[in-house]
Amino acid sequence: MSDVDAGERPGKFGEYGGQYVPEALMPAISELDDAYRRYVLNNEDGFMDEFRARLRDFGGRPTPLQHAETLSSRYGFDVYLKREDLLHGGAHKLNNALGQVLLAKYMGKERIIAETGAGQHGTATAMASAHLDMDCEVFMGERDINRQRPNVFRMRLNGAELNPVSTGSGTLKEATNEAMREWATTVEDTHYVIGSVVGPHPFPTMVRDFQSVIGTEARRQMEEKLGCLPNSVVACAGGGSNTMGAFDAFVDDDAVSLVAVEAGGSGLKIDEEEDLAPNSASLSIGEEGVLHGARTKLLQNSDGQILESHSVSAGLDYAGVGPELADLVDDDRVRAVSVDDDAALSAFHRLSRTEGIIPALETSHALAYLEDGAELGEKVVVNVSGRGDKDLESVVEETEKRDIEGAPSMGVFE
Amino acid sequence: MSSIRAAFEDTDAALVPYITAGDPTPDATAAQVRALAAGGADVVELGLPFSEPIADGPTIQNAIQRALDAGMTPDRFLDLVRGLDVDVPLVCMTYFNLIYQYGQERGVEPFVEAAAEAGLSGLIVPDLPVEESDALKAACDAHGLDLVFIVAPTTRGDRLDRVLERVSGFVYVQARLGTTGARADVSDQTHDSLARLAEADVPRAVGFGVSNGEHAREIVAAGAEGVVAGSVFVDIIAERGTDAADELEATARELKEGAVAGVAPRPERT
Repeated sequence: MSDVDAGERPGKFGEYGGQYVPEALMPAISELDDAYRRYVLNNEDGFMDEFRARLRDFGGRPTPLQHAETLSSRYGFDVYLKREDLLHGGAHKLNNALGQVLLAKYMGKERIIAETGAGQHGTATAMASAHLDMDCEVFMGERDINRQRPNVFRMRLNGAELNPVSTGSGTLKEATNEAMREWATTVEDTHYVIGSVVGPHPFPTMVRDFQSVIGTEARRQMEEKLGCLPNSVVACAGGGSNTMGAFDAFVDDDAVSLVAVEAGGSGLKIDEEEDLAPNSASLSIGEEGVLHGARTKLLQNSDGQILESHSVSAGLDYAGVGPELADLVDDDRVRAVSVDDDAALSAFHRLSRTEGIIPALETSHALAYLEDGAELGEKVVVNVSGRGDKDLESVVEETEKRDIEGAPSMGVFE
Repeated sequence: MSSIRAAFEDTDAALVPYITAGDPTPDATAAQVRALAAGGADVVELGLPFSEPIADGPTIQNAIQRALDAGMTPDRFLDLVRGLDVDVPLVCMTYFNLIYQYGQERGVEPFVEAAAEAGLSGLIVPDLPVEESDALKAACDAHGLDLVFIVAPTTRGDRLDRVLERVSGFVYVQARLGTTGARADVSDQTHDSLARLAEADVPRAVGFGVSNGEHAREIVAAGAEGVVAGSVFVDIIAERGTDAADELEATARELKEGAVAGVAPRPERT
């Protein structure tokens, strides 16, 4: 794990990061920072031992690193899939949710709240809360509720209360606003489990640390399997938690390229006239600003109003990105690229058809970049951040609108 | 002495109403401010609407949305302030990103300079804790603006000292945890917060949930030098639209009278 105090102030990544939150929350994030240092960084009371044991027994870690044979012969380089889709719950999100819910328990908190976009983080938090016997309430945009129904039912089944958020476009940004408001009201007995490497310090650092198990395992698995490191690690980037989780163990390996694939949506631009961005590519085209507690790269207009973003994938549909990732991109350590909705859907179908793995639409963006990946090198690790069961309804709908090579007919009930 | 400080000195109990600039239209705001001043407002807080108001409850969120939909922007806000001929000091309440993005070069200086030039007397930035405020404080000092900080029920010990070292104009005492919005009662946390701030050398104005004259009286009787009220005024605008002036003035008068009625039982400040 990297040094939490690196840089000018705790929680700063170059110019990015910080703690831009309402005064009422400042004592809570100081308390959280203190708990993070004690339990996570110093393993006080055996916290990290218990966390790792639960990730193994409840979560099913380690997840495999699988050589993808068909993709490898298609591209002419070896593709290794880090199978986070096989983690309990079907996505990498459990690594963080389990870590934070356990930490909340060590801190003596009684109640968990969380925001969710695609529902993967909400689902993971609901599972972790049920597993650790904590009350859980999840904030989710109404639009996302409609496009991610299976996850809504899963959360309810795990005993979580669901709070629909109808303001704005009814997606992750609004759900995050509402969760922050709720936290400001109930901060004394409640922990807010942020779902990505975003928000005020210590969240970006702490969530990265909980997710870094992905890259740590992949690095070890490459060394065991092949006796070498990969040439590249590729991961999709929305908020950036699977991205930082996959990259963190490789950041100091200069020979390993790190590629963050953003959602290009339906166009890589900012439409000032309509005040929206038809993409979620804040690393690629965002400008520095402050949102949800941190200074980072944002999709915003020239006044600083945050724009509605767009992606076919609800989990990437966010106007901000983790501050550490923004800094790594500025430092040219991480390369930010993007693929559009169509390419992501094609990659979804390709992996499903040729490898027998139905990936999340988020993950499909990372997979889609392999098509342009001539410079990725001989050995490429792709983080399969989650499985696509939750996306089936949107995939059927979106596929019907397009002509995607090799996609099956979706009209099976005609 | 700053104009905000002077406004508190001029009265026994100050009324600080909040409205969102541009709600329901950019042209409606000037008459609203004049009505509040006529009703007894000592300082007026004008919200510059930001798309992600994380410290605000539903009432002010909706006002902000109406104002944004009607086309309010930072430039129009400053034009509006320039055109206001009222003799109460105006404080801009907005979120940090709008201040940071203003002007050709990113940073706090251009907004603060323009704000001072337009005639604003101070700023309140609810998502900027004292730890992140070095640059903004320096710019406010350079241009003669007060920087008002919020003290929450959870602000104690060293953090409270740091806020009090940096605050100017008045300290905004958050009556309860949570977001802005009208409530049915005055929180017990108010008494506790005022006691913790007894040593502060700036006036203490209590807000979050203040919605009638009785609240204002209780708060001043508990020791406050002023009350901040927002949602009660914003509700009037939501209901009356561009025809809200009379009712804003009447409600300001009710709150001001309530505040003044609290002066007699108010304990001496130590």
